[in-house]
Amino acid sequence: MKKILITVLVSLILTSGTYADTDGQNSLSKKKQGKIKDCFEGLNRATFSLNQGLDKAIFKPVAKGYRNLPSSVRTGTSNALNNLSSLVTIPNNILQGEFKTAGVNTGRFVVNTTVGVLGVFNVAQKIGFSKYEKEDYGQTLGKWGVGPGCYLVLPVLGPSTVRDTAGSFINILGGDPYYNASTHGNNEFLNDSVYMTTKVISGVDFRAKNLESIDNLEKNSMDFYASVRSLYLQDRQQKIKNSNPTIEIMYEGDWEEVESQ
Amino acid sequence: MYPKKLIVLLTFIIISFSSIAKVYSIEPDIFVQSTVNRAAETLGGDLTKDQRIEKLKEIATDTVDINGIGYYTLGNYRKTINDAQLNEYKILFKEYFLKSFASRLAEYSNPEIEVTSKKKLNENYTMVNSVLVATEKRPAVKIDWRVYTKNPNKPMIRDLIIEGLSLARTQKEEFSSIIESNDGDINALFATLKEFIK
Repeated sequence: MKKILITVLVSLILTSGTYADTDGQNSLSKKKQGKIKDCFEGLNRATFSLNQGLDKAIFKPVAKGYRNLPSSVRTGTSNALNNLSSLVTIPNNILQGEFKTAGVNTGRFVVNTTVGVLGVFNVAQKIGFSKYEKEDYGQTLGKWGVGPGCYLVLPVLGPSTVRDTAGSFINILGGDPYYNASTHGNNEFLNDSVYMTTKVISGVDFRAKNLESIDNLEKNSMDFYASVRSLYLQDRQQKIKNSNPTIEIMYEGDWEEVESQ
Repeated sequence: MYPKKLIVLLTFIIISFSSIAKVYSIEPDIFVQSTVNRAAETLGGDLTKDQRIEKLKEIATDTVDINGIGYYTLGNYRKTINDAQLNEYKILFKEYFLKSFASRLAEYSNPEIEVTSKKKLNENYTMVNSVLVATEKRPAVKIDWRVYTKNPNKPMIRDLIIEGLSLARTQKEEFSSIIESNDGDINALFATLKEFIK
């Protein structure tokens, strides 16, 4: 029953963004990404303010506390979380046709989970595995040509798009083996609360790594909401293209118009 | 006799000038590294925070094409405003940019940036790639510099791309959001800029 409800919800989310534009083209099938619409800007700004309030009251202080832990503990936690995320990255590598990368990531997961003691030590990196790049279902949908739909700000979770939110739902529809093992695994080590705790630690870890950069951005922004939206969308676009920022140059046309010297 | 001497003299002058031009043509990667070194020297020195900010503003004025970034940031709106508004915008943008730039950088102490490579995009632009070297507190950060090379003797920085995220683009979308939220009124942007500069 729960699965049916989620499936219906995902379908609704995906189809809600699938309206025909004035040119008759379906907005989710457009391959070329232009400006992403902020269809729910009023609501998004309200949710953004709520998230900022939660951040100031809870996440930021917790992240500051987390920063006081010894760096070896933080690195170990971060490594273990990255290792767990491979369980979502590997199926997405396959869905994107990146079989070689899927193989490398599987090898990395096996080495780090065993020799690296549940991923706490990144042994794979030390023995020469290539740099790990996370993948998720939102990126896979993007790679398949599904457009981002409208920009969304989710309560607590933060910036997203219709496509990326749908992608996140795939995790709990069976796409994340860690979620499956936690909720339906019938084992004594994992359960719903362990899964939720992992997600919360993951959020705190991210916040702790970005304490200064987020503060700096907020202090120097005239419209912090718009800055965060721009950075999120640029980041997702780059991740979907799997582009190396030092090689791939985007938005070249905009620069060609500018002449001032 | 005189014409021959004259020809030799002229040839000498031409050769001298062409080699001077060569000497002063600055490679974008060397330009970025020297700019970064200047900034690092300022940030790592014994200056007070205010002195640092003033020094950083000086470096930015020398090496960043603030007007070019200003035009880019304004996007299509620059075609719809009149000359007086454009002039006002240029003055406000410069102040805004220097304040925001210096304040962002002043937080860092002794950043170590290594220029790694460069890629010529076209006659006007070269992308210089660099890495902000990792410290105990944070991992290494990739920083790319869009250098405007239309005048090879005076390259200018037009954008910083940090881990693939363009600062100029973020700024452009922020400006556009402010104008759009105020029904396309450019004066709303001016008011916000003035508030920020205060």
